[in-house]
Amino acid sequence: MALLECRKLTKRFGGLVAVNRVDLVVEPQSIHSVIGPNGAGKTTLFNCITGFYRADEGEILFQGEPIHWLTPTHIARKGIARTYQNIRLFGNISVLENVLIGMHIHLKSGLIAPLLNLKSFIEEEKEAYKRAMELLEYLDIAEWAFFKARNLPYGQQRRLEIARALALQPKLLLLDEPTAGMNPKETEETTQLIKRLRDELGITILLIEHDMRVVMNISDVVTVLDYGEKISEGTPDQVRSDPRVIEAYLGHGAASGLKPAAPAGTVAKGG
Amino acid sequence: MNTPLRAAFRAGLAGSLIALHLALVGMVEAFNKREIIQDTVTLGQLLLLGVSIGTALYALQLIPQERRATRDGWLTALVSVSVVSLTLMLLSLAIQTINLRFMFQNASKELVRILTFHTPGVVGLVKLWLFILVGAILGVGYLFVPRPWNRVLSIAAGATLIMGVMRSIVTPLLPDLLVDTLYTASGLKRIGAVVLFVLWSAILYTYPRWKARAQTLQTLEVRMGPRTIPLPVLLGIVVLFALPAILREEGSYLFEVLDMVGIYIIMGFGLNIVVGYAGLLDLGYVAFFAIGAYTMAVLSTPELPVVREFLTQTIGRSTLNFWEIIPIVILISLISGVLLGVPVLKTHGDYLAIITLGFGEIIRLLVISDLLKPILGGAQGITGVARPTFFGKFVINESWEYFYLIVITIGIALYISVRLRDSRAGRAMKAIREDEEVAKAMGIDHVAAKLSAFATGAVLAGLAGALFSSRLYSIAPHSFNVLISINVLCLLIVGGMGSLPGVVVGALALVGLPEVLREFAEFRLLVYGAALIIMMLYKPEGLWPERARVSPIAKEVFGDRLQQLKIE
Repeated sequence: MALLECRKLTKRFGGLVAVNRVDLVVEPQSIHSVIGPNGAGKTTLFNCITGFYRADEGEILFQGEPIHWLTPTHIARKGIARTYQNIRLFGNISVLENVLIGMHIHLKSGLIAPLLNLKSFIEEEKEAYKRAMELLEYLDIAEWAFFKARNLPYGQQRRLEIARALALQPKLLLLDEPTAGMNPKETEETTQLIKRLRDELGITILLIEHDMRVVMNISDVVTVLDYGEKISEGTPDQVRSDPRVIEAYLGHGAASGLKPAAPAGTVAKGG
Repeated sequence: MNTPLRAAFRAGLAGSLIALHLALVGMVEAFNKREIIQDTVTLGQLLLLGVSIGTALYALQLIPQERRATRDGWLTALVSVSVVSLTLMLLSLAIQTINLRFMFQNASKELVRILTFHTPGVVGLVKLWLFILVGAILGVGYLFVPRPWNRVLSIAAGATLIMGVMRSIVTPLLPDLLVDTLYTASGLKRIGAVVLFVLWSAILYTYPRWKARAQTLQTLEVRMGPRTIPLPVLLGIVVLFALPAILREEGSYLFEVLDMVGIYIIMGFGLNIVVGYAGLLDLGYVAFFAIGAYTMAVLSTPELPVVREFLTQTIGRSTLNFWEIIPIVILISLISGVLLGVPVLKTHGDYLAIITLGFGEIIRLLVISDLLKPILGGAQGITGVARPTFFGKFVINESWEYFYLIVITIGIALYISVRLRDSRAGRAMKAIREDEEVAKAMGIDHVAAKLSAFATGAVLAGLAGALFSSRLYSIAPHSFNVLISINVLCLLIVGGMGSLPGVVVGALALVGLPEVLREFAEFRLLVYGAALIIMMLYKPEGLWPERARVSPIAKEVFGDRLQQLKIE
């Protein structure tokens, strides 16, 4: 059974159809990329899946269960975590606390336990601090633990966003352009990291990415959106040679001027 | 960058405007009535001196750094304050030749006498000029005096003057003999000023060494259960509890001020949870203060027949005592906190502020209305509020006795704030403050987080209100206007949003200081506004901002590892 399934998902903003009858099937333990030119509806699709937007038509199933009517809070509790295209950390609190907030749903204490300083509360907190630090170590940013999140260098902020999402112990992780603004070395590290998340932690990954080297390198399946519609889907090789994809990126008629297997780098420029 | 001359004129014009303003609104004249150092300097003159120092420093900031500590720096500073004194001279001449009072009521002959040191003619104007020049010399001198001494001397001078201004607060703390040698009826004696200045300089100069000593002494901690309380904190608590009993005779005014500061600190901690932790801009916070105060008053006064009858029928007594009402206050403010919270769950920022503002007004109008007069006392308010008693015998009456209750309540408020800060619930609030949408996507229940913030904040304000009405013995609706909400919010801003020591600092600065300077009540809001603008421009994060902290649990869990981590 697919982990996530979107059926004829549609989202309109006034007259603009941002996502138009998109079908999407994400298999467990896969790395699934969504690509497309700017304004193709990729982030809108993410926002629909995580409940930020309510889809106008169609349905979303997570582990066979409909989730399109749930609030973001409940969707998060089902096991879907995400990062954001423009980094959205809790900037004025420490890096460690950011991760602890990610653990929120796995902790139990309410208002009373901390006020009475109950033993159960202290034990739970200690355990949480340890786990949070482990996560920071996993992402190689432990030394920054007591910095305010907004004072972190850019690359570390991206990592912290992933650490915070991992703290939810998600089954599905939605990454929205995780390598945006990174240099080639950082991009390579992030690519390896995404692979590790899948291979070591068994997390399914749905990825929006503009850097074609990353996409072609790690994706099991690639879905291409353009003007809100799905125009192509398949393995990286299949998508790369699909004339409709080249057209979407480079304009109508461009496909005829290119060889079937255009170098990945040239396509990337279109994004 | 500016040429020195241009910088001097720019700063001089800015300083002139400020000096002119202070003179024409009457502040110089009013402040002149208070002598800070006998026969030497008045508060009004200090005001002008402050403007002059500020002008000189501002002028120096406008020229390139490497030229500041040279002849150029001196010239710039002297020219800039000369512009200020020229303006004041022109003002004096103008007042003497034409009557400006039809427009500026405070442009009086008295103002001229103050500005020219009671000397007529050109000599007076020269005296004014020389006096203003002193400001520039002090300002530039800061750059020329070598490193530790410039700080030490300027802070010592400031501390001495503050001790002069706060005569009414400081004198009860000192033995009579010392007071007689140092102080006059309104300020310091000359000898007192010199002694204090030397003393402060000595203390400040040796302070770094003290600090180093103290750090080696820090192993001296008192173990209480699994946690330790550092010695200084313990000493502070002992002093806090011993002082009122010792000073109860001389210090009644002191404790009246401290009680008010304390009540604002309690509210500050409460609002800090709502605004500082959860980021919910609540401008109707006074409502909960009023609810607490009125619950205490209504249930304990013998004045309201309707309430008395109701109580007689239900519990067989016509009034309740202080301790019986406290749990009811907690319950009612908790409920009202949730009731306000529910309708505003979906609003943010400005909209939330407006709605809560309205809520505050609704409560005030309800209290003042004729309809509810039999229950709430109407516009006249209620008198005969219960005082706390112990074992039916010992009654708390005096302000120094209330101080104990208030300190204990502050302790409770502080405890709640501290425990909440490093807990799951507190982190959820902070997440909502930072980015509500992302917080929701982390699985945080924003309804629970917001309502618990509102409810905790409301309970603390309710307790503050109950103490307030009991201490005053009577309450009236006009004590619960929107300015209280604004004051509490301002003390948070001045102290530093979300910071706990900031609440205390802010309350002392915004509530304590105006109480001490009560004779200048007219200018209170003016000074207040100016202080807030200056704060926002130069220290927007507050006087004592919140840092990324290492919580006690983190220290316990990570221990020595912390040393390897980067700390901001």
